[in-house]
Amino acid sequence: MSVDVLAALPPLARRLGGEGAALAAAERLSGGASMETWAFAIDGPGGHEDLILRRRSAPFDPDTARSVSLATEAALIRATGASGAPVPPVRHLCDEADGLGEAYVMGRVAGETLGRRIVSDPRFDAVRGKLARQCGEVLVPIHATPPPDGLNLKTSDGKGELDRYEEVYRASGAERPILELAFQYLRRHLPAPVEPVLLHGDFRNGNIMFDPERGVVAVLDWELSHIGDPAEDMGWICTNSWRFGRPDRPVGGFGDYADLLAGYAAAGGRPIELSRVRFWQMLGSLRWGVMCLMMYRSWADGVERSVERPMIGRRVSETEADLIVLLEQGL
Amino acid sequence: MITHPRTEELAQAVGAWIDQIRPSLDPRNAFLARVAANAMATIGRELTLGPAAQARAVARMTALLGRTGDQAGLNSELCAKIRSGELTLESPGLLAALQVMARDQLAIDQPNYRPEGTPAP
Repeated sequence: MSVDVLAALPPLARRLGGEGAALAAAERLSGGASMETWAFAIDGPGGHEDLILRRRSAPFDPDTARSVSLATEAALIRATGASGAPVPPVRHLCDEADGLGEAYVMGRVAGETLGRRIVSDPRFDAVRGKLARQCGEVLVPIHATPPPDGLNLKTSDGKGELDRYEEVYRASGAERPILELAFQYLRRHLPAPVEPVLLHGDFRNGNIMFDPERGVVAVLDWELSHIGDPAEDMGWICTNSWRFGRPDRPVGGFGDYADLLAGYAAAGGRPIELSRVRFWQMLGSLRWGVMCLMMYRSWADGVERSVERPMIGRRVSETEADLIVLLEQGL
Repeated sequence: MITHPRTEELAQAVGAWIDQIRPSLDPRNAFLARVAANAMATIGRELTLGPAAQARAVARMTALLGRTGDQAGLNSELCAKIRSGELTLESPGLLAALQVMARDQLAIDQPNYRPEGTPAP
């Protein structure tokens, strides 16, 4: 199911830019285990346009096993954008005529998404202290967006997520005592039920575009969007695997819990207790550990042959190192 | 065991060669080459640090479970006892044992990873 993206882009450029339009540049951006992202540009009668192509590349992935279609993703971006969330403009939903498989095109937003740069690059020194609060603020319009009709988004809560990841863990055949203990602990500390809301589902440093002056400019990568506990989105951005070497700054490696929670409440979100965020943070480490096991499995089963997959399997131990500290600290 | 070269030295040599050709690769392959070089480094660390880590894990699990056995068997039993609730966070020695095992495995897999609770650099 190999698709020659470089061959499909010139006709797409003509389709988008009109008669006389041509592909001006195209480059695959690295990163992303299950999705391909291409930067390309078109020059046409309407002028120059910088665009991003997002397309599904892997036939199977533990993320994508529960992920939404790219058409749904595009619909969610449009809906949350209409509610006031910062998102990239969706330009075109690809169809069969484009020959790109499942894909869509969006306008290219300028900014930085590499987590490590946001955490440590001096260009972000001035704005870094504001980012945790902004992350709390941008979650409010996302969580307030009525789920668009007909998307069939999954609904889940803490218990549902634990059930699902435990099932995946058992199926992996791995035996990891720290993951076992984390499952047991979290089951005994389930947060009280809460009214479910639309979640981004993968809200973490790496999926948010930041500008060195303005801070948050766009929330990207909506494929794991679902309906659930609003604290889930907060816990995931606090999971240490996404702090890029700064565990002392719990929100994304750039900020503090208090700023995230205060930004959320100040923007009109229903206040959320820190212990609830910590529950989801711990479940986040556990979830990432199980996902790493599944990435290894997809290689061991011959589904995916990239060297990246078995090496991600060795990242389980980072989640174990985090979980053992969280288990000692408590929520 | 052959010592000229040792297995970890072979891994080291391959990793160094991958690093050498990386700049000539396209972005996707340069990324995968970095992953491959990291894999060679992990192999090297497992060869040098693995035996002591395994001995420590076996010693801890032997003390916890009150029986001798190989690492896989002890690990399997440890998992079953945590799952059944026979061993919990409050069980004496469990947290300490898991801390040692987590630290040892991280030293092999990702020595530069800074776990939860690490102070600012």
